[in-house]
Amino acid sequence: MKLNAIAFALAIGFAAAASAQDTGPVKIGFITDMSSLYADIDGPAGGEMVKWAVQDFGGKVLNRPIEVLTADHQNKADVASSKAREWIDKDGLSMLIGGTNSGTALAMAKIAEEKKRPFMAIGPGSARLTNEACSPYTVHYAYDTVALAKVAGTALVKAGNKNWYFLTADYAFGHSLEGDASTVVKANGGTVVGAVRHPLNASDFSSFLLQAQTSRAQVLGLANAGGDFTNAMKAAREFGINKTMKIAGLLVFINDVHSLGLANTEGLQLADSWYWNQDDASRKFAKRFFDKYKRMPSSLQAADYSVATNYLKAVQAAGTTDGDKVMSALKGMKIDDFYNKGQIRADGRMIHDMYLYQVKSAKESTAPWDYYKMVAKIPGEQAFTTPAESKCALIKK
Amino acid sequence: MEIFGIPHQAFLGQLLLGLVNGAFYAMLSLGLAVIFGLLGVVNFAHGALYMLGAFAAWIMLDKFGINYWFALVLAPLAVGAFGVVIERLFLKHLYKLDPLYGLLLTFGLALIVEGVFRELYGASGQTYPVPELLAGATNLGFMVLPNYRAWVVAVSLAVCLGTWFIIERTRLGAYLRAGTENAALVQTFGINVPMMVMLTYGAGAALAALAGVLAAPIIQVNPLMGSNLIIVVFAVVVIGGMGSILGSVVTGLALGLVEGMTRVFYPEASNIVVFVVMVLVLMVRPAGLFGKEA
Repeated sequence: MKLNAIAFALAIGFAAAASAQDTGPVKIGFITDMSSLYADIDGPAGGEMVKWAVQDFGGKVLNRPIEVLTADHQNKADVASSKAREWIDKDGLSMLIGGTNSGTALAMAKIAEEKKRPFMAIGPGSARLTNEACSPYTVHYAYDTVALAKVAGTALVKAGNKNWYFLTADYAFGHSLEGDASTVVKANGGTVVGAVRHPLNASDFSSFLLQAQTSRAQVLGLANAGGDFTNAMKAAREFGINKTMKIAGLLVFINDVHSLGLANTEGLQLADSWYWNQDDASRKFAKRFFDKYKRMPSSLQAADYSVATNYLKAVQAAGTTDGDKVMSALKGMKIDDFYNKGQIRADGRMIHDMYLYQVKSAKESTAPWDYYKMVAKIPGEQAFTTPAESKCALIKK
Repeated sequence: MEIFGIPHQAFLGQLLLGLVNGAFYAMLSLGLAVIFGLLGVVNFAHGALYMLGAFAAWIMLDKFGINYWFALVLAPLAVGAFGVVIERLFLKHLYKLDPLYGLLLTFGLALIVEGVFRELYGASGQTYPVPELLAGATNLGFMVLPNYRAWVVAVSLAVCLGTWFIIERTRLGAYLRAGTENAALVQTFGINVPMMVMLTYGAGAALAALAGVLAAPIIQVNPLMGSNLIIVVFAVVVIGGMGSILGSVVTGLALGLVEGMTRVFYPEASNIVVFVVMVLVLMVRPAGLFGKEA
């Protein structure tokens, strides 16, 4: 009798929890590096973009209010995954957006898959997210290491820079980027002489650069990002490496260019998914961002806004926050906004155009943050992993 | 010619770069050692003070057009004054308590200072140009050494020697050392011990800031530059022996070299090798290489 009563109470409790999930607020989580080397390219401003998207959507979906939760993963995979798990289990989170750092994203993607929640990867670069480690619930939205390698790498090799050496951040993202870039270099008839790996958030790059210099390669590929990229670039100039080798930044954000200054970056070619000065809609978004932050948004911050908006549209279309139904609505719809135009493929890769930019010289730059000129627009089908190359089981060949 | 399968040019180059890093370790651990030796405070704010020095130089250049050479003097003075304020406002109340309180206080201060600068200037950092006089590089045959790095080593060695000399060989140094042994007794001889202690903390802060100014043209001036370094510097101080001035200088330079070596043979381990050395040293000599057994 007593046992029955407990079972009954528990059952009611579960029912209440389940219905709360369908009627309470729709919760969107955002976990990124809020305070360390990647905090400027995404960080707190990225979280604010998700909130803007929710506001602009009207603050409600399916007649339920929308809440945005944010957290700092401190570049630690265990912190990221335990926060994700806590939000899903305790707060009934509906969707998770993963900011920078591939290591944390790979960990969060696993949890999202286990719990059947859509996981939107914005900041992380590793193409494994939609390849070896693909999941029906992961969307890789902004860019990935394959696209960076194909867009920036191909252009350089075709211009005659055949002989490469890599300086690589020693974690998931760096390894992916180095691997994907090597593939592109070799596919275009180039060779990779070697690579040196540095710990994440290293401040002194001089000895790594010295090793790169003794390799006598033509190109130094920087397979790192954020603060690591800027410090490596600065040291490369100091040691005069840019006189004997061509330096290729494989993942460069506009914040990095701003921080280094045009004098240090002039002529650098880079791949990105979005630039604030590309059209009217982008400029409008950028102005709003600038008014608040006194700097221009990075492509990641634009993508944070875009992905949140499109997720809410998919929820509206599906009439539910159920992970499977939302994912199928999302993959079925065309994405078309100021950030980009494209479609999410079965493996979760959002296929959209990528751009090759060149950093302007101080003379060419006419306004604050007027940094890039577009060199080429590469259609999504060519920029990202092709279905034939993919190792993801969700892609039908 | 090869050394352990590495071309000797690369080997020498790495040793020299190790020495440059060692110069920073030495200068920072020196400040820590002085503060710990004379005040008994484990100064966790040291990294933040180093960062403040770099930012002070950057702000002076960016906002007021004050060049590197003036910043080299003014930034340490400004940060030293800040150090004096910290000592007067907070630290002086803690001398009678367990050293743990000083550690916690300075750690909290470091977090606050870094947080404020991150809020003001973001995490990407600012670029400080190499002063014109020291721009360019010299080809040493086995490597191209930027002139600025050679300057850093020279300044650091001069500062370390100077500090050691003041503390170990001058009358002022004798007062300082006596003051830490028995403050009450020294006071009865008419020496203002609290003032001396305050200035010592200020001097330690100024040393950290000087290292910061020296580092500014080399790395991005960034709110986290201190916290990236401070843990290694603490390891240096522990290996050298807490409070030993000579120990901190020698160990700083030596560990820079060890790290440089590691970058040749196994780069992935370069950020832990200092801690491996720390573990080994503490197993054999718990008081550190130059520390006195308690």
